[in-house]
Amino acid sequence: SSGSSVNIHASYLLMSVLHRNEDLREMLESTKESLKLEAMKRIVGLIARGKNASELFPAVVKNVASKNIELKKLVYVYLVRYAEEQQDLALLSISTFQRALKDPNQLIRASALRVLSSIRVPIIVPIMMLAIKEAATDLSPYVRKTAAHAIQKLYSLDADQKEQLIEVIEKLLKDKSTLVAGSVVMAFEEVCPDRIDLIHKNYRKLCNLLVDVEEWGQVVIISMLTRYARTQFISPWKEDGIFDENSEQAFYESDEEKLGTPQSKPYIMDPDHRLLLRNTKPLLQSRNTAVVMSVAQLYWHLAPKQEVGVITKSLVRLLRSHREVQYIVLQNIATMSIQQKGIFEPFMKSFYVRSTDPTHIKTLKLEILTNLANEANISTILREFQTYVKSQDKAFAAATIQAIGRCATNITDVTDTCLNGLVLLLSNRDETVVAESVVVIKKLLQTQPTQHSEIIKHMAKLFDNITVPMARASILWLIGEYCERVPKIAPDVLRKMAKTFTVEEDIVKLQTVNLAAKLYLTNSKQTKLLTQYILNLGKYDQSYDIRDRTRFIRQLIVPNEKSGALSKYARRILLASKPAPMLESTFKDRDRFQLGTLSHTINSKATGYLELSDWPTAAPDSSVRNVEVMEPVKKEISWTFGAASECHVKEWVPSMGKTKPLKSDDKFYSDSGEEEGAGEEGTGSSSEDSSSSSSSSSSNEESDSESEDKNSKHSEETDSSQSDKSSGHSDKKKADKKKRLQLKKKAKKAAPKERYQMHRPPTHHPLTQELWNLRTFTPKMVSSPVFVPMSSHELLHRMTGKGLAAQYHFPRQPCIYGNKMVSVQLTLTNSSDHTLEDISIGEKTSSGQNIHRFSSIERLEPGASVTVSMGIDFNDSTQAANFQLCTKEDQFSVSIQPVVGELFLPVTMTEQDFRKEQGKLQGMNETSATITMAPENTSNQALSKKMVSVANMGVVPTGEDSLYRFAAKSVSSGDLVLVSVDLTDSSSGRLTINTEKTVIGSMLLRDLKTALAQP
Amino acid sequence: MIHSLFLVNSSGDIFLEKHWKSVVSRSVCDYFFEAQERASEPENVPPVIPTPHHYLISVLRHRIYFVAVIQSEVPPLFVIEFLHRVVDTFQDYFGLCTEAAIKDNVVVVYELLEEMLDNGFPLATESNILKELIKPPTILRTVVNTITGSTNVGEQLPTGQLSVVPWRRTGVKYTNNEAYFDVVEEIDAIIDKSGSTITAEIQGVIDACVKLTGMPDLTLSFMNPRLLDDVSFHPCVRFKRWEAERILSFIPPDGNFRLLSYHVSSQNLVAIPVYVKHNITFREGSSQGRFELTLGPKQTMGKAVESVLVSSQLPRGVLNANLNASQGTYTFDPVTKLLTWDVGKINPQKLPSLKGSMSLQAGASKPDENPTIIIQFKIQQMAISGLKVNRLDMYGEKYKPFKGIKYMTKAGKFQVRT
Repeated sequence: SSGSSVNIHASYLLMSVLHRNEDLREMLESTKESLKLEAMKRIVGLIARGKNASELFPAVVKNVASKNIELKKLVYVYLVRYAEEQQDLALLSISTFQRALKDPNQLIRASALRVLSSIRVPIIVPIMMLAIKEAATDLSPYVRKTAAHAIQKLYSLDADQKEQLIEVIEKLLKDKSTLVAGSVVMAFEEVCPDRIDLIHKNYRKLCNLLVDVEEWGQVVIISMLTRYARTQFISPWKEDGIFDENSEQAFYESDEEKLGTPQSKPYIMDPDHRLLLRNTKPLLQSRNTAVVMSVAQLYWHLAPKQEVGVITKSLVRLLRSHREVQYIVLQNIATMSIQQKGIFEPFMKSFYVRSTDPTHIKTLKLEILTNLANEANISTILREFQTYVKSQDKAFAAATIQAIGRCATNITDVTDTCLNGLVLLLSNRDETVVAESVVVIKKLLQTQPTQHSEIIKHMAKLFDNITVPMARASILWLIGEYCERVPKIAPDVLRKMAKTFTVEEDIVKLQTVNLAAKLYLTNSKQTKLLTQYILNLGKYDQSYDIRDRTRFIRQLIVPNEKSGALSKYARRILLASKPAPMLESTFKDRDRFQLGTLSHTINSKATGYLELSDWPTAAPDSSVRNVEVMEPVKKEISWTFGAASECHVKEWVPSMGKTKPLKSDDKFYSDSGEEEGAGEEGTGSSSEDSSSSSSSSSSNEESDSESEDKNSKHSEETDSSQSDKSSGHSDKKKADKKKRLQLKKKAKKAAPKERYQMHRPPTHHPLTQELWNLRTFTPKMVSSPVFVPMSSHELLHRMTGKGLAAQYHFPRQPCIYGNKMVSVQLTLTNSSDHTLEDISIGEKTSSGQNIHRFSSIERLEPGASVTVSMGIDFNDSTQAANFQLCTKEDQFSVSIQPVVGELFLPVTMTEQDFRKEQGKLQGMNETSATITMAPENTSNQALSKKMVSVANMGVVPTGEDSLYRFAAKSVSSGDLVLVSVDLTDSSSGRLTINTEKTVIGSMLLRDLKTALAQP
Repeated sequence: MIHSLFLVNSSGDIFLEKHWKSVVSRSVCDYFFEAQERASEPENVPPVIPTPHHYLISVLRHRIYFVAVIQSEVPPLFVIEFLHRVVDTFQDYFGLCTEAAIKDNVVVVYELLEEMLDNGFPLATESNILKELIKPPTILRTVVNTITGSTNVGEQLPTGQLSVVPWRRTGVKYTNNEAYFDVVEEIDAIIDKSGSTITAEIQGVIDACVKLTGMPDLTLSFMNPRLLDDVSFHPCVRFKRWEAERILSFIPPDGNFRLLSYHVSSQNLVAIPVYVKHNITFREGSSQGRFELTLGPKQTMGKAVESVLVSSQLPRGVLNANLNASQGTYTFDPVTKLLTWDVGKINPQKLPSLKGSMSLQAGASKPDENPTIIIQFKIQQMAISGLKVNRLDMYGEKYKPFKGIKYMTKAGKFQVRT
């Protein structure tokens, strides 16, 4: 009857479940959105609790195309959870996602791909593959990121797709978006971690992007790069493995390549190796503990030993975090502190144990303190240990005793102190403490048994009170081993053991047999009977281990006709002097695993663990990492009304070396490696300002390409054009014209190539030619400024400057000192009555911008003025550059605050290109506003003039009347800034700005809007 | 990476599960329960537990275990850090992260988890982005939603994810533009029996609440940046400028965030703002023990020491404590043996004290160790390290924001050994 009642009960439950789900089904099939939503929420509740809701699949899947976003999302949750079980029905939803993959909104495309790839239904593998391939070439980096995630999902669903997926990975690895980098490296690690060759060309880019990648991606990339570096660079560690820990300070101050200390063959670090170390170091300051740990392990595995010290502070900082974080970090420090005590020793107090720490944290801290112990600090550590021994947490107290034992063996000075301390602990009331002390004392005594018969006697006395088997066994072993030193006590102990033998633990029994055997050999007169008694007890023991041992011992020590030659050696076998045990850290060999990994934590190889290879003995070819890059800027002519108004101020190009002859040239041109251009400038510049300054920068670039890759047709052409140009003063204009024509033609051909050079600072956005992203192919030509405003701004008033007055002015020329700099002209006037000497810019700048100083002016006569040019990298922000203007006697703090319009360089492009670029900079990257214009500005000419006076932009030719377009790129990052004005009527219109630099975009919008409203 | 997540309460029930790949049976948690049983305290459960086919990585917050199931090699900190972010997000959304709060908001929890991980890899963990995607539940919104049938899921798509400043929403607008910064320092210290400092260090954070329109670009500078020995930043801080000039330059996230945490160089002597006089004794063979405790302020630069709370884990043998507090109230829990004394503010003229006797189990031997005393306190308007903010400037926007800076010193892990 009870069975039937259970049945009834069960069926009732089943009914109620069915009933409830019936309820939900009805709600889902209703026409009311709110009811559907309510039903889905309850279903998600079921899923969350682990209840089965799979039979609702048909009703749920119908809502997959719902307009209500929350409903749709909940349906996705459901679909992903149950699609695997209901494959046929799941297929019904696929077409919805396929449609969404074509949606113009990138976020909808991304979300569709995300769900589609999460549905684990093997039949749709081809559809997924197609979707991934398509998404990998999507214009939106967010969609490409989703594609990278989908790669792993597809791979786990069908590993046969590996080859095709690797192709997609290869393509995505070339992506320069920070959004994609982390995800694609993750896919790489999952699908083809052995294809190191795919990384070569992307290595430098990944290093450079790293700081801007989101934090989770950083962890993955750093871990991959660690493995990569171990296969590609040679060891920075010295052969003998000894290093001077004190020298670390001097070493990590500098980021430059370092030579090891003089050896037969000095070690020179590969610049790429250094690049990785340099670019990861700032991430030690990340708030994400996983990022900090991954940088720490990178330094541990890759940096020269002297530089590893930089990670300590950050690791110690992590100890303030949650207990789980502490646990992992302490484990890693424990492993590190065995090999390099020195780096953690200054932080010893950070490892002091608090009574509130969980036990596993306490024991790890103890481990580290023990590792850090040395002659100098041992007394401090032992004092600290004394507190720990008294802890209420007995497991921890026991661990402390072991730690004391380790200190005692490692540092011979304190062995006696420790031993005495441990003997005192033998009278402790707590059994675990006593037992642990016995065990540790046993180990210690083994190292120096001669002086310690007193301690053995003391332990023998305590024997009756000790109940912990391990401790009893240890005492028995000690007495047996040194029975000749305690000849009176040993037989008595054996006598007592004979009484209690049957009730002892196995481990104690074994040691009793052992003791009996040893005593029989040394003192058979007193112990013969006892031994036989014990051997008899052992013979019939329940444990076969003990029976075996007993039988063996009997044969060994009691000679009879059956026992072979072995009994002759019984004494030598049993009473051989035994080597003292080494008390070692449990973290001794953990460094066979890469630090920071799961395998390191669990101390065994986890599934999917990738070995860190040993350093190669000879460095593999480092040129595999060289990347062909497209030359980013090319020069074109100015073609509008602005040409006439260019620079009237006499330019004093410092490279002419009027003040400091030739010596300074090297310094100025060391970046571009150009010599020729400097000489050439000397001939042409002063008379023809505009063309000289334009040619100066163009020749600058040309010689760049010239100095490197002469194979390309293009550079040959530039060579010729250059020789044309320098042929003579009179021909110059003609030559220029010719050159412009050539350049125009060339621009439409393939872009010029340039070898990526190592000593160059890597550009932030390396324009890799192979980049599939079309964007880099579009012509982005920097042109001469359309208009150069005459207004100059005061930098230093003559009153504050004690006679030195300075004004600055933006000549709107590409800066010759660096392609990220804005060129600035300073006019310095001496309005005092004495000669000013040594006018220069001070070494210190307070605002962090990279400033190229003008070379110092030796003398400035009273009343004279001089114009010099300098370059400032404003880093695409309007933050003021602060620096010091120095004379021989004085220093004046000055600052240059650029208006946003000066942070650009004009770009010429066709209308078509403009539209294409604009199409890529939609959404977030677009800002627009309605504008009202002063009547004066509405004419074609006036509007353009107004626009280009506010910002240094190029005019884009347009076919439409009421539409005006302007293009520029930001000086520092080279991002495009596209401005369009669409006039709706004579006095109002819409101003739109498209740029990735949203901040400067909105600032520009504001400035333009104000300017246009003013007459 | 992260395969599944199980939420386990203190009584060992799984009350929520979420899978990002194929479903893993909840029986995998049995290994976790075993470890839980072995552990004497909830905190002693090891954070990483290997099982035959999976690895369990867990964090314990608010008495809930967040157990992540991992199938292959992954940096454990990666998972741990992520799990803590999940807890932080829940706390941010629901005010507190309890079992009840999670159960009440199970749909939002699920929606959040869905956005935070894609195929086990973190996707959106910035609170600004998440709040654009899923609006936090408020009482008002819940009511409105029930009536109108509108939803918690943002109608807008998360543009922040695409931006160069992913931590900031676009189109932020406020009528009152304000930026508040709290400099909070915590003193970690171990004081020995005789009152001398064994170790003491200062850890600080700057928490910000920034409500500014548009895309403000802020710089914050210190009078004495050299004090900061080791720092970690919110990703918005420009590291290069800090390295070069020791200035914090950043486009702030919208709302509350932690701008910076720092460690004050351990070379500097740390001023300990309170002292403790204690006399806790047990005599052999007696069933009574003495307990005397007096607190006093020192080196507080005239600032009051407030919200003082003393707690101590008394030895197991103590049956009861019969004490007399000169101010505040004390409680003794005879089961956990935890003594707590809520002191309040320390009046330097009349020092608070707690005196009396403890009764011990008859016949039990004298406890080996005297209890450790843990002290909590707060001092307003003072950063104990002496750190001072010099100025805060805003660029990129034209309006004048309202700025405020507050200092506070607290006890961190402040222990007195007796």
